[in-house]
Amino acid sequence: MKRLLDEATLPPLARGCGVLGTGGGGDPSVGLMMTLQAVGDFGPVPLIGLDELDDEALIMPCGSVGAPTVGIEKIDNGDEGGRLRDRLEAIWQRPVAALMSSEIGGSNGLMPVVWATRLRLPVVDADCIGRAFPELQQSTLELAGISPTPGVMTDERGNLVEFRTQDGFWLERLGRAATVVFGGSSASTEYTLTAGQARSAVVLDSVSLAIRIGTLITQAAEDPVATLIEALPAFKLIVGKVVDVERRTTQGFVRGSALVEGLGPDRQRVIRIEIQNENLVALEGARVLCSVPDLITVLDSETADAVPTERLRYGQRVTVIGFACAPAWRTVRGLDLAGPRPFGYDFDYRPVEELARARD
Amino acid sequence: MPAIDLRLGIDVGGTNTDAVVMDRHDQLLAKAKVPGTPDVTGGIDAAIAAVLQAPGVEAQRITHVMLGTTHATNAILERRQLGRVAVVRIGSPATHAVRPLFGWPEDLRQVVSVGETIVGGGIEFDGRDIAPFDAPALARFLGEVGSKADAVAITSVFSPVSARHELEAEEVVRRELGPIQISLSHLVGSFGLLERENATVLNAALVGVARAVTGAVRTSLRSRGLDPVTFFAQNDGTLMALDYAVQYPVLTIGSGPANSIRGAGFLTGSKDAVVLDVGGTSSDVGVLVGGFPRQSSQGVEVGGVRTNFRMPDLVTLAIGGGTVVNQRGDYVGLGPESVGYRIQQEALAFGGSTATLTDAAVTAGRVHLGTHPIPSSFRPLAGQALALSDQRLGDAIDRVKTSRADCLLIAVGGGSVLLPESLPGVSEIHRPEHFDVANAIGATIAKVSGQVDRIAQIGPGGREEALSKASEEAREQAILAGADPGKVEVVEIEEIPMAYMTNPSLRVRIKAVGDLGTSGT
Repeated sequence: MKRLLDEATLPPLARGCGVLGTGGGGDPSVGLMMTLQAVGDFGPVPLIGLDELDDEALIMPCGSVGAPTVGIEKIDNGDEGGRLRDRLEAIWQRPVAALMSSEIGGSNGLMPVVWATRLRLPVVDADCIGRAFPELQQSTLELAGISPTPGVMTDERGNLVEFRTQDGFWLERLGRAATVVFGGSSASTEYTLTAGQARSAVVLDSVSLAIRIGTLITQAAEDPVATLIEALPAFKLIVGKVVDVERRTTQGFVRGSALVEGLGPDRQRVIRIEIQNENLVALEGARVLCSVPDLITVLDSETADAVPTERLRYGQRVTVIGFACAPAWRTVRGLDLAGPRPFGYDFDYRPVEELARARD
Repeated sequence: MPAIDLRLGIDVGGTNTDAVVMDRHDQLLAKAKVPGTPDVTGGIDAAIAAVLQAPGVEAQRITHVMLGTTHATNAILERRQLGRVAVVRIGSPATHAVRPLFGWPEDLRQVVSVGETIVGGGIEFDGRDIAPFDAPALARFLGEVGSKADAVAITSVFSPVSARHELEAEEVVRRELGPIQISLSHLVGSFGLLERENATVLNAALVGVARAVTGAVRTSLRSRGLDPVTFFAQNDGTLMALDYAVQYPVLTIGSGPANSIRGAGFLTGSKDAVVLDVGGTSSDVGVLVGGFPRQSSQGVEVGGVRTNFRMPDLVTLAIGGGTVVNQRGDYVGLGPESVGYRIQQEALAFGGSTATLTDAAVTAGRVHLGTHPIPSSFRPLAGQALALSDQRLGDAIDRVKTSRADCLLIAVGGGSVLLPESLPGVSEIHRPEHFDVANAIGATIAKVSGQVDRIAQIGPGGREEALSKASEEAREQAILAGADPGKVEVVEIEEIPMAYMTNPSLRVRIKAVGDLGTSGT
């Protein structure tokens, strides 16, 4: 069956990307506006399975890098992805066959569509994380041993930098520095790979999963939050209101924390969410309720729309949920790359379902 | 600020203008409901005249006037009386991926916009230029469309961090177009370019409408030799100075429903209930939680346009006392047209020739009013029309409820006489005395607010100290505006880090609100 990313599928895709974005990846509502304008101007984008590509076909993983606080103000020009593709084809001396989202979470789940429609290319139903993470090397492609370089970054003005680095960590450091100079956001491609390499390295079907999540909360008759929690499945960490948000845009990231005070049955409880672009850890006092690499998402209690970190505001009524990450992240190597310790926390990862059982 | 004595509350609706006078113990001394007029002035003046002439009201004792209106919202919903706006965004080469007004309903865009442009410039998050501000490009754009515009809306990327490109653009507009209305986005909204731009454009389009309403109130008061302190109710149900409201009318568009929900709570003494306000043209269903309107947690859409304002969480239906009822083939047609303020000329019950929901309610015996008998041939259609409106209202109530349990419903507004004895999902319909002027009462009892918006240096006490100092200032501002010192609370805190400043700094925006102190000062 031919699947299209068009005016009908993009709104649920955006809502689903919000839920998988754990607060980061860029505001999907801005991503949605960009895709709707692009698809209106240039036409819908085919969504294809990896099995529709030959082993040798070149895939361009891509997305925006930077602080999400910048993304809701300094919106893209729109031609960034075309420059990335042109540079990549010059490097590899072959055509790019399809675009793929570097991370499905937030507006980055939508960015390939903004660019693919202009380039008349399809988008692959997969991504390289299964959620959103703040740093470039936190990719299942890094776990699979794919080389991150050469990476290419560009800004809205047309500045373009090609990176040839030792590894993913160097790409993150140098790319972050360029992003700060660009003004806090850049369009980026890295970990270029073939369809053959991708088959065992990526998180499959994540675009269609996001569309399913978005459709589910859009169509939920009664309580969208409860419907979503049951379907994922997820664990409810608290129902309450945002009482404090501290947020700084530094070194190309948003860092800070948010306090959510319980309402109703959760009265007397307060949880603290620590943020580096994404929601990293949910704490109640010293107790960990959920941590990376599992997903922590702040939902609007009424609509179940995810609230991105840059939109958190005093007084919002929210439900915070935690749910399991893609299996690749729960391995020893996965946790070395994106568990609590690489983010500077002095505790070991425990799966969200285990933490929830321990509380009961 | 004069000591508080009598307060005059005015609500300018789509159908009627209501006025009330309350004393310092919140006792209602007088109320009036008069049909609106096409130019709003006549209705406002008649309503003010009616309450000031009431026994027990000494006009000279009026110290405060509170004004609420759905006029601005209706102007957007009905696409009328809106100013024509030249839409300027400063941010090229960034931001082209979403054009100005992309996603607006096409008909609204046609009515409001004389043209849109994205000129070079804009600010980075750290205060640098994205590109130099392109003044010649702006001048060329104004040369093309300026003669058609009533107002100019100017939005620069990251203007909450630095407004300098917006201010430079304002100078260019002054030079090119002279004394035209200008709305600058950094004064209207916060982060989120698209929502702030939308709000700024709507604001520019509404300035004329706001002037008409506030001018009418001022003129009417002056003609009676009165010069009270005058406030305008805003989206969150608190009051702002009238002069401010004239410049930022978009901040008032949620005031009507906020007032009616608060008024309903006041009239019944309820803290938690569903409130249904049935007017002449439309109905709003909202929720009273702990004595306040439940607010939407995300930005709301106004007339199909996304904004980042927080407003009472509402479901709005095109059902009101003046809603036109007709036969359309096999089924009954219910609105969305309304005869509005012409109900006393056009409705069947008043000898007119248009069948309305009010006529249906009279036919069914739900209310007794009018001057003329209604033809019995209308009876079957009347029954169908009421069944349909009951069902739609019931569905709307169900949508706003927080639990499945039956709820208490407070019915207010002149059109609430349409309602049946009971509705599904509702345990009891409370119809308080003075239900017909709940809006104006809500405006009269609204809270006053104090706001602080400034750059704070982060000293040795850190961010907490900077925030608590600013919160204290906002509290003092509210008290200065007349709030009872014992009842002031901080309701909004927003901080914007100024990464580019040498000393660590924050832009803080804090709002504190409180009841008007009635003890006098």
